[in-house]
Amino acid sequence: MIDTIVPTPTDADEVDIVAGPPKMSARDVSVFYGEKQALKSVGVDIHDDKVTAFIGPSGCGKSTFLRCLNRMNDTIAGARVTGDIQLDGHNIYDPKMDVVQLRARVGMVFQKPNPFPKSIYENVAYGPRIHGLAQGKVELDEIVEKSLRRAGLWDEVKDRLQESGTALSGGQQQRLCIARAIAVDPEVILMDEPCSALDPIATAKIEELIHELRGRYAIAIVTHNMQQAARVSQRTAFFHLGEMVEYGKTKDIFTNPVEQRTQDYITGRYG
Amino acid sequence: MATTSGHTIKAFDEDLDRLRALISQMGGQAEHAIRESLRCLVQHDLDGAAKIVEDDKKLDALEIETERRAVQLIALRAPMATDLRDVVAAMKISSVVERIGDYAKNIAKRVPLLEASHPIEPLSLLPEMGRMATEMVHDVLNAFVERDAEAAIRVIERDKAVDDFYNSIFRTLLTYMMETPGNIGQSAHLLFIAKNVERVGDHATNIAEMVYYAATGQHILDRPKGDEMMVESI
Repeated sequence: MIDTIVPTPTDADEVDIVAGPPKMSARDVSVFYGEKQALKSVGVDIHDDKVTAFIGPSGCGKSTFLRCLNRMNDTIAGARVTGDIQLDGHNIYDPKMDVVQLRARVGMVFQKPNPFPKSIYENVAYGPRIHGLAQGKVELDEIVEKSLRRAGLWDEVKDRLQESGTALSGGQQQRLCIARAIAVDPEVILMDEPCSALDPIATAKIEELIHELRGRYAIAIVTHNMQQAARVSQRTAFFHLGEMVEYGKTKDIFTNPVEQRTQDYITGRYG
Repeated sequence: MATTSGHTIKAFDEDLDRLRALISQMGGQAEHAIRESLRCLVQHDLDGAAKIVEDDKKLDALEIETERRAVQLIALRAPMATDLRDVVAAMKISSVVERIGDYAKNIAKRVPLLEASHPIEPLSLLPEMGRMATEMVHDVLNAFVERDAEAAIRVIERDKAVDDFYNSIFRTLLTYMMETPGNIGQSAHLLFIAKNVERVGDHATNIAEMVYYAATGQHILDRPKGDEMMVESI
């Protein structure tokens, strides 16, 4: 006896709808470190209102790929990137692309919180100042407050903005780095294992923050923690040995992956 | 998707195997209870029937144990993909098997209510119907242990035979009741018993759907259709 099933939409389904072209689109991207090919013809889309997670074992190329998205690999001697990566339809590897401008539009948060050895205020004000985003002190103050609020840090630091950023706890430092990335009004935020140096409570705060920032920024996150990818993302890409093995809706990847390699990795059978 | 190798953490495999073993154990007891209840019915074995009612508690305890282990496994191992589907299926299957045990208990409770001296004829059909239904349960639980989606579908296809059996018994009993109103009491009991056995077949079908989902990740209604059987409902 089988009755007809009428699916009811859930929150997860609603955020699954893709509206419009992707914010960033990578096609046939390969990366070479000297002779060694670290990334093999990867293609992934990053959408405006979604968090895209990159998962895979160490050395699979997920961080390498993330770093291609704002040309961080340019700074590595011997690294060579081929293929096509577009931001709003423009090739970011175009020689005419202003890399400084690109990195303001595509911000990055690293594994280890790395605040400047300056005050909390200066950490956040630095970017807007060098990019000339503020006309005077009042406007700069506003940007700093807004950024710290969005990063969920304002209430904890508003009375001590002149204290050193390095005096904060690890979780606060990471949120300060996120505030710093937000301050230059980016369109995309890349996060490279942003919680791996944090305790579970600080991790939960960052995850909640990612959830709140979704919709305002396109977000791509590299994580070793598969539960974290499942919790924060709507799209997941699984990398293995420099290849992008599978890309899809997070709920599909974690309940019913198509590829055997994905299945073996996420169920703990890999290796 | 077939699972090729064991987990890096061996204890994870042991936990999953344990869960599967519990389901098999429950299934074995439920099958036995259904068969035994119908034997007691035919042979008017009151002691046997009382034992079935008593033994049902063991099945209830096994269901609780299965649920406890499944919840623990989810909490401690965070299963994903096929593992997660297996654990969820195990939880659901255990409650269905427990329900099958309840049907056996229900049948056993009717044994003392039937007159031993004048058994009415359709009684003799019930053990055969029970055999068909319990074989479905047996085969579908094997399909779960083997993660065999095709075997699950074959079980679903057999449910129609059990339904036909029930309809035939239903019509026969109706005739008995109309012919001899004195038989109505006996016949009503037998009709309930036949309905219980028919429900066992339905539950085997429900389990088959869970097995199909656990094994393939797709709901059985969404599977690529080779035929159009079994979408009919009663």
